[in-house]
Amino acid sequence: MKNRVRELRSLKNMTQEDLAEIIGVSRQTINAIEKEKFDPSLPTAFKMANLFKLPIEEIFHFGK
Amino acid sequence: MNLARKTKVRKLALWTWSWVATLAIATYGSKYIWDDHAFLTTFSIIVNLVNGVLMILSNRDLFNDFDELEKKIHLESMAITLGLSVIVGLTFSLVERAGLFNFKAEISYLVMFIGISYLVSLVLNIRRYT
Repeated sequence: MKNRVRELRSLKNMTQEDLAEIIGVSRQTINAIEKEKFDPSLPTAFKMANLFKLPIEEIFHFGK
Repeated sequence: MNLARKTKVRKLALWTWSWVATLAIATYGSKYIWDDHAFLTTFSIIVNLVNGVLMILSNRDLFNDFDELEKKIHLESMAITLGLSVIVGLTFSLVERAGLFNFKAEISYLVMFIGISYLVSLVLNIRRYT
């Protein structure tokens, strides 16, 4: 699954550590999501959507 | 690592080391410390068993503190370890029964195999997701 997490995080001038703390996951998890090696759970995706004030489908794009 | 996680890791380490110590006492105590005293032997085994249960509970406590990626990594490692233990264990049993080689395996070998398999698969899975 493609995502814009790194781009949106940079726009908010946040580090992976900051985002991890707000979302409630480890920095390694944020890194794995940004590298598209790991797809987050629905609650985590919703937390990101709330934080970035965007619908989930504008952050995560389902596709090969 | 946050404070809550550190506390859980410390708790697990404490119960693990005390479990190893009580296992050693239960194993060698009757021979080297209390000279085959039945009550002390039974008592040491019960203490070891209770200690083992507490170790399992603190391990579960730590596991429940993991985030979604950490849980996935550990679950995959456990699945690989379980599969390998069953497959390798039964293959070994077949080979031994067929008389292809004569090697008497003990339960401690299986425990070591499980530990090493889990450690290796954990390292490989962590590398896969970083």
